[in-house]
Amino acid sequence: MSSVAHSLRRIVSRGRTAPAVAASVGEPARAASPAPSPAPVDIAPNDPIIPYFQSAAGAVDIEALELESPALESMRAAGVKLVVPLVTQGELIGLLNLGPRLSDQEYSGDDRRLLESLAAQAAPAVRVGQLVREQEVEIRSRERLEQELAVARLIQQNFLPRTLPEAAGWSVAADYRPAREVGGDFYDFIDLPDGRLGIVVGDVTDKGVPAALVMAATRSVLRASAQRLLEPGAVLQRVNEHLVPDIPENMFVTCLYGVLELDTGRLVFANAGHNLPMVSSEGAVTELMARGMPLGLMPGMTYEETEAVLDPGAHLLLYSDGVTEAHDADREMFGGGRLSAVMSQAGARHGSALLRTLLAALAAFAAPGAEQEDDITLVAIRRESGSEALLAEFSVASEPGNEREAIRQLEPAFVAAGLPAARLERMKTAVAEAVMNAMEHGNGFRPEVPVDIRLVREGDALVVEVTDGGSARPMPEAPEPDIDAKLAGEQTPRGWGLFLIRNMVDEMDVSGDDEHHTTRLVMRLEGGRDDDRA
Amino acid sequence: MTTALEVRMDVSGGAATLLLAGDVDRDAAAALDRAYSEAAAAGAASLTLDFAAVPYINSTGIALIVGLLGRARGAGVPVTARGLTDHYREIFEITRLSDFMTIEAGAPAPEGSTT
Repeated sequence: MSSVAHSLRRIVSRGRTAPAVAASVGEPARAASPAPSPAPVDIAPNDPIIPYFQSAAGAVDIEALELESPALESMRAAGVKLVVPLVTQGELIGLLNLGPRLSDQEYSGDDRRLLESLAAQAAPAVRVGQLVREQEVEIRSRERLEQELAVARLIQQNFLPRTLPEAAGWSVAADYRPAREVGGDFYDFIDLPDGRLGIVVGDVTDKGVPAALVMAATRSVLRASAQRLLEPGAVLQRVNEHLVPDIPENMFVTCLYGVLELDTGRLVFANAGHNLPMVSSEGAVTELMARGMPLGLMPGMTYEETEAVLDPGAHLLLYSDGVTEAHDADREMFGGGRLSAVMSQAGARHGSALLRTLLAALAAFAAPGAEQEDDITLVAIRRESGSEALLAEFSVASEPGNEREAIRQLEPAFVAAGLPAARLERMKTAVAEAVMNAMEHGNGFRPEVPVDIRLVREGDALVVEVTDGGSARPMPEAPEPDIDAKLAGEQTPRGWGLFLIRNMVDEMDVSGDDEHHTTRLVMRLEGGRDDDRA
Repeated sequence: MTTALEVRMDVSGGAATLLLAGDVDRDAAAALDRAYSEAAAAGAASLTLDFAAVPYINSTGIALIVGLLGRARGAGVPVTARGLTDHYREIFEITRLSDFMTIEAGAPAPEGSTT
C-alpha cells in the first residue's frame, strides 16, 4: 500500500493532506501535473472547484468545464487537460492531473475508465499514506517535547544540592518533586563563614528549559552574591539587578533567602515574593513575614529583612506554592491552613520525618491517581533540643528472621536508656512486628532492599523509626483482627502485626511517600501501664 | 540467634501435652501442624501447650496458635496454655486468645523479666 501511495505522490497533489485540508481547514492546496509542465497548481481553500471535484462522478474534462474558479484558470495555464479526483469516504484527498495525451489524441472512454478505476483504488491507499505521515509528525513532535522535558529536568537536578548540610544540633532535610512538565522550583544551601548557613528556596514562573535556565542563572548569581554580602536583603537586591536586563519577558523568580546562625538559632531572611516560611515551636505555628517584589521584574527594588530565633526543638519550613496549591478531587486547595495543622503536630520529629509526614498528608489530600500539578519543594530545618540523642542507626536486609537481628542490635540501647523490663518486652515485640511488616509488605522480602532503623531518645521517650523502601506499594489495610471471626474461619488467622504494635507502644503512626513507609514507635521510659500490671 | 521449634508430645490418660522448645514464628508452622495431627491421632481429649521453652512469639506465631485453636475447637478439644512469660500472657490477653483457652499461671520468670 505505502509503495503505491509513494509512487502516486508525484502526480497527486503535493501538499500532504492538501485538498482535504484545503477544503475543510483552509490551507492553500497545491496540485502538480507530470507533463508537459510540472508547475504546481495552487487551489485556494474557498475555490468552488474543490466542492465540484469532491462531488464529481469521475474524470473531469478541464477544457470543457465551466466554473468561476481561479484554480481552473491556473490548471488550464499549466496545461492540465483531465483531472481525476481522488475521493475516499466522501473526502477529497488529492487530484490526478493529466496533461495532453502524448499521442495528441483526446482521452478515450477506455482511458477515463482506466483512470477512474485507478483513482478509486489509489485514493484509500493515498489516504493511509497521509495518515501514517501525520502520525509520524505527531510522534516526532511529542518526542521533541519529551526530550525538552528531559533536558529541563536534567538542568534542574544538576543545580540542586547533592548533599544536605550537616551541622551539630540541627537536622536538615529537603525534598524536590518535579511535576511532569517540570516547573522552575529550586532550593540551595550555602556554607557561609562564621558558622552560618545560607538557605534558598525559589520558584521561576514558567516551565521547561527556559525556566530551568533562569533557575540556574539565579542560583549562580545568588551563590556569588551570598559570599560577598552579609545581609539577605542586599543579596536579593543584587540578584534582582543581575536578572532584570536578561530575563525573558513574562518570566520572574520568587525567592526566599535566609541566613541562619547555627550556634544561636538566629535567622535573618529576605523575601522576593515567595511563600512565607513557617516556624513550629512547642505546637504553635507562626508564619514569618517579609515583603519584597519577585526578582527580575523591575530594577531598583529593595527587600525587607526579618529576624527570628529558632529555639531548641523548633522546626523551620520553607516551601513552594506547589505544596499549598495542590488540589483535591473537589478542586479545593491544600492551603496554608492544612500545612500549618501538620506543622503544629511536628513534635520532636527530625527534619526528614517531618517531610515524610507532610508528603503523606499531601498524598492523602490529592485526588487519587491525579497527576502532580506543579513542582513541590520542601525544606525542613530543625534545631534539636538538648534532650535528644541518636542512640542507634542501622539497616537490616529484608530476609525472614532479620527482625530478630534488629532487636538484638537495639536491645542494649533500650536497656541502657533504662526501659523497665515489661516495657522492654513490649518494645521488642513492637519493633519486631514493624520490621517484619517493612521487610514483607514494604520490601517484598527483596534482600537487597534494606529496612532502615533509627532509635532516638526524645526527652523521656524512646522513638524507633522503621523505614522500608516500598516504592509506592500501598501498605495493606488489614481489617481489625477479631478472634471470633478468625476462629469461625471468617477472617484469616493472620493480620495481627499492626494490632500488636498499637497495643505495645504508647504512640504509633505510619507515614509514607512514593518511596518509603515509616513506622514510628514511641515508648515512654515510664508509664502507667507498667504500674497497672506490676 | 533464632531456634527452630521442636515439639515433644506427652500423652497421659487422654490428655496430650505439647512441649514446645524454640521460636513460635513462621518457621514453626510445619512442626506445630505435625504435633497437632499426632495429638489428634493419639485421640487426645484435651491439649496443653507448654511455652516454658519458647523465648519468642511473633504475629505469625499468634496466627499459627489461632489456627491450632480453631482445629481443636472444631474437634471439641479444650486447650490450655502454660509456661507463658508475663509479656506473652499479656499478648494472649490483648488478642483475646485467653478467652478461648485456659491460661495457667506460674510462668517461670525468664532472665531479665519482672513480674
